[in-house]
Amino acid sequence: MLIEVQSLNVRYGNKKVLENINLSVSRSEIVTIVGPNGSGKTTLFKAIIGSAPISSGKIIMSPSVKVGYVPQVLNVDRSLPLTAARFLNLVNNRNDQGLLRAQQILGSEDYLSTQISSLSGGQLQRVLLARALMNDPDVLLLDEATRGLDQPGSAAFYKKIEEVRESSGCAVLMISHDLHIVMSASNRVICLNGHICCQGEPQSVASSPEYRDLFGSNIDGTFALYQHNHKENKSRINHSNA
Amino acid sequence: MLDDFMVRATLAGVGVSLAAAPLGCFVVWRRMAYFGEATAHAALLGISLSLMFEFSVFAGALFVSVIMATAVTIGQGRSLFLDTLLGVAGHSCMALGLIIVSFISGVRIELMAYLIGDILAVSKTDVLLIWLGLALVLLLLIWRWSALLLCTLNEDLAAASGLYPKRENFVLTIALAVVVAVGIKVVGVLLIISMLIIPAASSRSLGSTPEKMAIFASLIGTLSAILGFNASYVFDTPTGPSIVCVASLIFLFTLTFSLLTQQFQRKY
Repeated sequence: MLIEVQSLNVRYGNKKVLENINLSVSRSEIVTIVGPNGSGKTTLFKAIIGSAPISSGKIIMSPSVKVGYVPQVLNVDRSLPLTAARFLNLVNNRNDQGLLRAQQILGSEDYLSTQISSLSGGQLQRVLLARALMNDPDVLLLDEATRGLDQPGSAAFYKKIEEVRESSGCAVLMISHDLHIVMSASNRVICLNGHICCQGEPQSVASSPEYRDLFGSNIDGTFALYQHNHKENKSRINHSNA
Repeated sequence: MLDDFMVRATLAGVGVSLAAAPLGCFVVWRRMAYFGEATAHAALLGISLSLMFEFSVFAGALFVSVIMATAVTIGQGRSLFLDTLLGVAGHSCMALGLIIVSFISGVRIELMAYLIGDILAVSKTDVLLIWLGLALVLLLLIWRWSALLLCTLNEDLAAASGLYPKRENFVLTIALAVVVAVGIKVVGVLLIISMLIIPAASSRSLGSTPEKMAIFASLIGTLSAILGFNASYVFDTPTGPSIVCVASLIFLFTLTFSLLTQQFQRKY
């Protein structure tokens, strides 16, 4: 067991943000957390990395477990001059395996000498993921890591995550709103809304009443929209071929 | 050599500039300008207490600055943001300090010296304290440099890398209080924030890495201290404000320079 969260409670002032959270993540597992805005997903991540105040319960994680964290946003003040290459090396214990994976993520490294405040959203995501992979982590925490990526971009991103998991055996705990991808890419889905509503294999979660309650007709909408786009793309391709 | 008040004043000015400039870069990057200003203003309470009970002004200012900055950092919550608390705490301390000063006879004239500094009156001990403060600030910054940079970028990333952002922030609070305390004799509590911010702001367009920016800021700060001091001697103007005005001129110069080079690059 890499991470074990036991009856975790987090509150900000009087507001209960997380209530009685129990979950565990094992090696090589891809666990996705879904939930509406304000359901405490990011707070759960912050509790795991130790930057949210825990009011009760505990998080058991061996100090030897290396965490690779990709935050939801990285707001870089333009007054701070910092190149992407420098950012990658900032307080990061690199090792050869990790470096290799980071290089694969970065591809052609032509933007490494660019200031991070002028990177595009997609470039910044890749740099963040590369940084998270550099120390060959045991567990990757991805907080809406595909934000700002287009559909092919996010598909490629998840493919890369899958490859990394296969080659390194690291666990992946991610927060995602891409419900259709979640359902195909995860071993386990946790549905969070302050507390854990339901968890299990993607199919069983998708069909559970709690999940339907939470996402309502949205979930059908998402699938419909996705399929619709898919067909439209196809027909456009056919059209241009003709 | 130290018997010459000109030498003492120059050493004091350069010492404070060298401590303030690299720390000022963090103040600029983290948008802590108001934090710095409120901390400096709160130091006035420490000064007035030290005058009343006759102990070191340096110790009084350092003590109150650290207490105020720490209390506010811990106390900030979801309903009252840091900015607001700083405004409350920093300026309450200042007001209280001004009241205490009013009870001490004969200090009122002296007060101006603590508000805008009185560099010509620095003693050998003051110079020693300033350079000890400088050494402490530089050691803290060099020791925690990378960690502080990562915390400045994103505290969660820092936490995930095994750092404790709160501890790193405390390092900055301490360094800031030290700079405020050593800066009192040179530029005073009202102007110390400008010694932090103006050199750092001037060096933004010059440095492509955080280190270069800090080094350029130190050079600009030192230059301002020396030129400002000499200008005040020649034109018989108050020294602290003169140093700050020179720094501002350098800022205007580097700003114009960077705007012109940008224009030039755009055209060709």
